[in-house]
This record gives sequence, C-alpha cells and structure tokens, in this order.
Amino acid sequence: MTFEKVHTGRYFMNGDEACAEGAIAAGCTFFGGYPITPSTEIAENLARRLPEVDGVFVQMEDELASMAVILGASAGGARAMTATSGPGFSLMLENIGLGIMLELPCVVINVQRGSPSTGLPTMPGQSDVMQARWGSHGDYESVAFAPWSPQEMFDLTIHCFNVADRYRVPVFLLADEVVGHMVERVVIPPADEIERWERKHSQVKPGEEFKPFLIEDADLIPPIVHAGEGYHIHYTGLTHDARGYPDMNANTHNELVTRLIDKIRTNREQIIRTVGYDLEDADVLVIAYGCTARSARHAVRAARQEGIRAGLLRLISIWPFAEEQIVSLSSKARSVIVAEMNLGQISREVERCIHRPVRGVFHAGGAMIPPEPILQAIREEAA
Amino acid sequence: MTMPIVVEHHPLDKLIRADRMPHIWCPGCGIGIAMRCYAQAILDYTIPVDDHVVVSGIGCSGRVAGYMNLDSYHTTHGRAIPFAMGVKLAKPGLMVTVFSGDGDLVSIGGNHLIHAARRNIDLKVICINNFNFGMTGGQFGPTTPRGAIATTAPYGNFELPFNLPYLLAASGANYIARWTTLHARQLKDSILETFNKPGFTFIEVLAPCPVGFGKSNNISDGLEEMELYRERCVLAREGDVHAEELGIDLREDKPIIIGKFVNRDRPAFQPPRIGAL
Repeated sequence: MTFEKVHTGRYFMNGDEACAEGAIAAGCTFFGGYPITPSTEIAENLARRLPEVDGVFVQMEDELASMAVILGASAGGARAMTATSGPGFSLMLENIGLGIMLELPCVVINVQRGSPSTGLPTMPGQSDVMQARWGSHGDYESVAFAPWSPQEMFDLTIHCFNVADRYRVPVFLLADEVVGHMVERVVIPPADEIERWERKHSQVKPGEEFKPFLIEDADLIPPIVHAGEGYHIHYTGLTHDARGYPDMNANTHNELVTRLIDKIRTNREQIIRTVGYDLEDADVLVIAYGCTARSARHAVRAARQEGIRAGLLRLISIWPFAEEQIVSLSSKARSVIVAEMNLGQISREVERCIHRPVRGVFHAGGAMIPPEPILQAIREEAA
Repeated sequence: MTMPIVVEHHPLDKLIRADRMPHIWCPGCGIGIAMRCYAQAILDYTIPVDDHVVVSGIGCSGRVAGYMNLDSYHTTHGRAIPFAMGVKLAKPGLMVTVFSGDGDLVSIGGNHLIHAARRNIDLKVICINNFNFGMTGGQFGPTTPRGAIATTAPYGNFELPFNLPYLLAASGANYIARWTTLHARQLKDSILETFNKPGFTFIEVLAPCPVGFGKSNNISDGLEEMELYRERCVLAREGDVHAEELGIDLREDKPIIIGKFVNRDRPAFQPPRIGAL
C-alpha cells in the first residue's frame, strides 16, 4: 500500500482538514501540538496522515513544549508546524520569540475563537491579530496570513511553509473558527503544481570556516544549515554576532534586531497579498479579512446594486501590513470602513496609516458579522 | 637543565570552543568539571563527533551549549527538552544530549522533564544540581533544602525540595544516576553508559555553587564542598536503595547516596511510521 502526499481531487471538506492536507502537500514532516478547539481537527488529521508519509506527529504536554519541539525539528531540517487557538497561542509566544531570534522557519496555525481567556472555545473570533503582531516580547516583524475559505486554508498553509523557509521566520496562519469548521469545496491540484520554495542552504562545506549568521546577500537572510550536517553551529536566543556567539553589546544588539526586522520590511512587497473587489472607482473603501471578508464581499455587492460606489480590499496577509496600498486607496475614497470580529484592532492600524478616522463595524466574537451591519455602514458613509 | 614542558594541544581541544574562553563560571563552580566529563565521554564513544548535538536551557549550566564545539542550541528557559525532542525526531540518527541545571530543568521546565521521562524519548539529560538559581544570584529553587538560606529565602527556605531520582523513577526514565563533580571518572563512565542506553536517561550531578549557595549556607568555597562530598558520599550498588530515600541536605551530617539507581528497559519513544508498510 502506498500513501500519497497530495490527494489530488475535488472535495467537500472543512477548513481544518484542508489545512492538514495543505501541510502534507507542502512537504510538512513534523507536527507538534496540543489539542485545542477549534483547531483540533488539524491535529487529528495530521495524526493520521503524517505517519503515512514518513512524517512525525507528536502530541506535546502543552503549547510551550509544542512551539519548542517544532523549532527543534526545524533546526533538524524538517518542515514543521503546530496548530492552536488563542489560549495556546498565548503560551507559544515565548518560543515564537526564540524562532524569530534563531531564524528557524516553521508554521503556526491559530484558529481564532472568542477571547480573551477561555472565552468562547467553539465560536469564532478575530481578536488575536494584534497579539500575532506584538505578542512576543521585543521588536520584530510578524508574518501572518488570513484565509477566508477552506480552499485558502489549503492554499495558504502551503504558502506559509514557503514564506517561512524563504525568509527564515515563524509564519502564522490566522484562521478563525468559521473557516476552520466551514465545509466547502476544496480543489487539491496535482502534486507537480504545488509550489515549493526551498531554504537557502549555505554553500560553505562542513569543516570550512562558517558563520551561521553572516549576511552576504541583499535579502538580509543568512543561509541555513541543520543539525548533524557537520558545521558545529551555535544558536542562542541571546543577542549574537555573525558566528552565532553571544555578544552582550548594544551595537551588536541594534544591528541584529534591525536586520531581523529589515529582512521582512525590505521584502514586504513580495510577502504582502491582498485581493480587491470593485476598487477601481471605490468611494467607500471597505477593508476586511478572514471570514468577515465574506460578509463584506456580500455587502459591497449589495451596495453596488443600490448604486453606491463601494469596494472591498481583502487582506490575505495581515502582517506585514498592506500600508502603501491602503494609503493609496483611501486617498481616493471618501470613507474607509473596517469590518472585523474584534473591537477595533486592524482599524487602528489603518488609522495609523491614513491619519484619519475609520468607521468600524465590530463585534467581540462568537458569531460571524453578517452582511447587514456592513451594508448599513456603507449606506451611511455614502449618504 | 630541564626543559619546560609546553602543552600545545589538549585532547579535548576539538570539543571546546576555545574562542569562547574565558567562560562565565565563578571560581569553585562545578559545571566545568561536568562539561569536561561530557566531552571525554563523546571522545570515548564510537559515533563521530558530528553526530552529537547538545541542547541547553537558560542558566549557568545552560552555557555549556555555547562552549561545546558541537551543533549546539541554547534555547529558552526550561524548554531545552522539548527543543531537543524536535531535533531528535527530525534526525533520529543524532545523539542528542540536554545539558542544563536544576532550576531550568526542574523548576520552569519540570513539566517537560516528567513528560519526556514518561515518553521515554531517547534523550541524554545531564542535570547540574547546585541547589539554587545560581545565575540570578542565589535564589531558592525546587532542589533547595528546607531551611537553607537564599536571597529569596532570607529566613530559610520554607519549601520542601524535590528528590530528583525519585521524581524521575516515578516518571519512567530508563536510566537514573547521581554523581558529584568529585566523582569525575564515574560521571564520565556514566555519561558513556547513557549513550549506549536507549530511552530517556537522567544523570544528576551535584556541583558546588560557592557564590550562589555555599556562602549563605556555611560552605565557604568550592573546595570545602568537594571535601564534604568526599566525606559523606556513599556509593549505592544498583538496586540497593529505594529512590524515596535519596533526598539530600548538604547542611546535615547525613550520607549523600550516589550511584546508578535505575537501569531498565521500558520501550523507548517511537512514533509510528506506516508509510513503509
């Protein structure tokens, strides 16, 4: 019996299962996680699928360990991931900082639920978007994508692995309970159509002088080597120099943290992804992401039928933020509306960029925002 | 005329990052002795040096990863074991050793320690026990004896400590031993033995911390603590002792039992791989 990595075909599956299939299709060979609603089906599917493809599934004792174990697997060369929800994501933030500092690629799926604290375990939320940006201590740039459908749970999971490997960062998939549990058509393409970006491996041979954090390329990304390849590397969460050695020095620290941020900022145009709907002449600009963008799409379409020049910018990448595009679109729009299932997080980021107030359509979570309040806000802003 | 003997090379040179010296450890500290035993065990073992990986957490003992000329990972406080588990599962052919201290492994990392022992994952843990948090300046920890003075226990520690062999025995480790930094040869042999032992192995190494623990508890320097080990340590033969009797209090005139306490063959952690069927 043989097991396929890519289950090519058309399916009716939920977003969590699509995420797991996306991970296997991407060549993920390691999952370490702790069960938590509403992400559990990702772990359950990978517990079944990973052993079929010579991968490893481990259920850890908590999310602190889950994040640490995938960093270790990544250091060993594996494409590694975990999946969680808000309470677990809070615990993972500790070692997400380590992943940023050690520049270890990995993927963290956060199927968001109503929060804070235990909140609404089985119901949706979008209130971890700022936690994903700023949650671990210190300065860093975050990379996060937000799927709006089971199909995107599949596609973006693959994309997260590619981005993580190319830029040597932990990458977040900020899903929500709606897209995680929604059952919809998912098309899995043939294996040879699955895109794969490889890690940039060092060209230095083992035994030659090698500095694991020496920057020689314009992309600011150091070439990677893995445990057991003969390089005798040292990685530390302490501030370190090009050799990877601890260096308790303000200049070294400033250079390191600035470079970690700049490797994302200078490459942001390659990372940022958005989709526009009816934006050409949009007078009322709606910005939304994840499941809320589905309602926003409906509301914008309905507004157009009423003769209102409304348009939707759907953020696929939340971080880095599509700042330039939002500034440009908002300069042509009379009004900007942000719809999100929290009480104003991305809306504040938009206000920071455009220097004027935005109209928020907010809900603390628990139920998807329906199209009506978004449509009503569009009507009022257009009036 | 006698010629001076100039030592240009040390047998352990290739295992130590000389460019990282001098190390951070205080005079009288025992960690360096334990690190030397680890290095010697690597030299004495059969697999190539390239196949050894060392993972540490945070603290004085956690600095060992930075001084060993191996693939070495200095991780977050308490998380060395799960990080090491990821390396081991991604590259099962590597010999992955976790070298860290009692504060790191047993306090903040305690949950990972017992679960790794329960899983019986093939990791080699060397745990320096110096009875306190040394790096931060001598606070009490989960191994500090009751009554001992620490900077956060100025009236004497009013908590009871862990007995580490007992904890690890109950949790399921395949191999459990205790040595001191006075017992360098036995410690090296014990580390070598764990390299040959599948599953989770745990060696507790009692080590002087004259600055953090000794000075507050009437052990004036490292040498005095080594003397104390020499006077009080009693070697137990395997199977002779019950793990619950292995508590330690350096300040009491009681024997300190050392030796190999557990050597068993519970099945080692092995994730299923059904793809090859």
